[in-house]
Amino acid sequence: MQTSSDNILSAVRIDKGFPGTKALDKVDFHLQRGEVHALLGENGAGKSTLIKCLTGAYRRDGGNILLDGVEVDPRDTFDAQRLGIGTVYQEVNLLPNLSVAENLFLGRQPRRFGMVDIRAMNRKARELLSEYELKLDVTRALASYSVAIQQVVAIARAVDLSGKVLILDEPTASLDAHEVAMLFRIVRRLKARGLGIIFITHFLEQVYEISDRITVLRNGRLVGTRNTAELDRRDLIAMMIGRELAAEIHAAEAHAAEGGEPRYRFRNYGRRGRIDPFDLDVRAGEVVGIAGLLGSGRTETAEVLFGAHRADSGTAEIDGRRVDLSSPRAAIREKFGFCPEDRKTDGIVGDLSVRENIVLALQARRGWTRPISRAEQNRLADLYIRALDIRTADREKPIKLLSGGNQQKAILARWLATEPEFLILDEPTRGIDVGAHAEIVRLIESLREKGMSLIVISSELEELVAYSTRIIVLRDRAHVAELGGERITAHQIVEAIAAANERRAS
Amino acid sequence: MTSIFRTYLARLLPQLIALSAIIIAISMTFPGFLNLEIQNGRLYGSLIDILNRGAPVVLLAIGMTVVIATKGIDLSVGAVMAICGAVAASFITSGHSLFETILITLAVGILCGVWNGILVAVLDIQPIIATLVLMVAGRGIAQLVTEGAILTFNDPGLIFIGSGSFAGLPMPVVVWLVFGVLVALLVRQSALGMLIEAIGVNRQASTLSGVLTPVLLIAAYMLSGLCAAIGGIIAAADIRGADANNAGLWLELDAILAVVVGGTSLLGGRFSIAASVLGAIIIQAINTGILLSGFPPEFNLIIKAAIIVFILVLQSPRFRTSFAFLAFPRRAAKTTEQEAK
Repeated sequence: MQTSSDNILSAVRIDKGFPGTKALDKVDFHLQRGEVHALLGENGAGKSTLIKCLTGAYRRDGGNILLDGVEVDPRDTFDAQRLGIGTVYQEVNLLPNLSVAENLFLGRQPRRFGMVDIRAMNRKARELLSEYELKLDVTRALASYSVAIQQVVAIARAVDLSGKVLILDEPTASLDAHEVAMLFRIVRRLKARGLGIIFITHFLEQVYEISDRITVLRNGRLVGTRNTAELDRRDLIAMMIGRELAAEIHAAEAHAAEGGEPRYRFRNYGRRGRIDPFDLDVRAGEVVGIAGLLGSGRTETAEVLFGAHRADSGTAEIDGRRVDLSSPRAAIREKFGFCPEDRKTDGIVGDLSVRENIVLALQARRGWTRPISRAEQNRLADLYIRALDIRTADREKPIKLLSGGNQQKAILARWLATEPEFLILDEPTRGIDVGAHAEIVRLIESLREKGMSLIVISSELEELVAYSTRIIVLRDRAHVAELGGERITAHQIVEAIAAANERRAS
Repeated sequence: MTSIFRTYLARLLPQLIALSAIIIAISMTFPGFLNLEIQNGRLYGSLIDILNRGAPVVLLAIGMTVVIATKGIDLSVGAVMAICGAVAASFITSGHSLFETILITLAVGILCGVWNGILVAVLDIQPIIATLVLMVAGRGIAQLVTEGAILTFNDPGLIFIGSGSFAGLPMPVVVWLVFGVLVALLVRQSALGMLIEAIGVNRQASTLSGVLTPVLLIAAYMLSGLCAAIGGIIAAADIRGADANNAGLWLELDAILAVVVGGTSLLGGRFSIAASVLGAIIIQAINTGILLSGFPPEFNLIIKAAIIVFILVLQSPRFRTSFAFLAFPRRAAKTTEQEAK
């Protein structure tokens, strides 16, 4: 353990229970001045509970919090802010319709003769943001800027208000690579200023890129704190989920589903402004992985294939028969299924039960006049809850109350219930815990073995490599390369993306 | 079967409690309130009067429930009532048969719903604005139909719908009972109910799951238009004339209130037609009760507002969680609500 003088924030033996569960069990956490400390664990490991105890959003049941060696007891988040602990959440909680300057100085606007001195406020806002290499029109509404910029504004506000500890709760979840890089530059700069930064994320690459130390929680207990440089990935995953699962995720196998006639044949398929026309063949029993940076046209490819956005060029054939895929309904008629990237807005129907979410697509295909009997609905729901190990108290629980991984499995179940032959999965493992992650990877492999055709989009190259029979690489809304057989390695994918980059540059 | 009954009962319990409390309160201040008597093979009494007077709002609430479940709202129903009353009056006075008149009137109501539905589902206009158009324009259209006058008629068939009786009950009550049961059966025995709830909760996700969202949205507004048409016929038949200015005036607000009192969220999703019907009856019971109790009329609206605030507080999530230990039945209602559907 470090001496208390290095530690800007120490949490000692924190306890927190909820009815029926122990969310935190005597957890110790020490944050040093000028370090980026990653806080990791599966969903439900206790990360957010710990953060909420530190920021006063929850009252802890036991344990002490020391800030600069002095015991503190934040009553609520405002209190924590005053003490020096600022938090920035994934969903920026600022006011999008107010100006950038107003957001920065909300509640403490500079005043003159009792009125808000807008000039002074805007000037101070510009000064503040210049420290973050941002030159914004601070009078414009916050909503007119990208999420990344909003994120930085939120950080600027939090640092300006608090200034000792900055907690970043999944700040990069909705940012693309450039934006992440910008954010990390700022984080490094704040670190150099001596702030202690707690960083929570699901992206392990980012952990290795930015963090100095890692603390892992599992089931509300502290597993350990390590120096990032001394902890390899495999060991980290093992800390997060235990040995067996970790081995499984990394068990990449060779795939030889080559040969045979393609079942699905897309020619010159595309939609102007979304994805350049591409040719794509998919065989039965084949997983075609789609790789590329965010914004390269991966989701657009999926949406055009599924008819969520109608293709405006090209043809689609199944077994040599021309088919119409101009709407989701048309695609579903051809036994297509599509698990969208944004589960919350495009996937789950939050207030409805797990059962209703599972039968929704099947019911929609049958039409409203032919209802699925309640007994049959129950049978289907129970079948998939068991088969996919969806963790829910019962099938009637509203799906919004489930964890991300279980919601994802329920949406997979929704499509499996329609007995699809062509399944498109857009980031099926994004933002879900490592245990569910492994199960979904296993599911993809078993569906492939059963002869289904799958298109899987993922940012996690190692995962793509593990289950894909072929990989399509995208760049700037166009398909630029196809990798098969021996060439399916994370290295080759990166090369292909980079090569496309160079071609563009030359 | 008994378990289904129990879950329905649990869902409707807050409304049933509120209604009984109001009825008990009125009967204490006005002793003759609960009396029922049969004259000429027809039931008379204040309770029957509530069911009868409440008919237009009950009908509007049935359609409004389905529209609100899709995360929409239909402000035009009052105006559509006026249009349909005017259409019914002008067709019957110009010599069309009762059958033709009713058919055309209902068609006009449905057409109004199609208009609203297209604005909402195809042109993607916010429902509150889309239906505001017809709410404002509707009274103008109704005045055009009646040419500015109150169009009276004496066709006995049409009048019968407003003031006749069947099986001992006033016709308006028979109409809304039968229609309400039909609609409830239609949505719950088919998959319509679930698909409408899915659209209301997450339209985008429903569309991606293959739900035919635009068609179902238009259908919801068509149903609302149909309900308004029936309400318009009853209101016109009741006064034996079409009053373009006052028929259905402000009833859209009562209908929305009935749905809310019935516990359906304005955010869309879960709905119960029976609960909305009870909500409409509660509102009518309050109206009738205040009149009967002899309060000075200037207090009426304030008392009504106070009672409604009380009912809404009872339903609010915060109240439910704070007083969950007191209100065991309500909590049961909350958990079984999902099972009931």
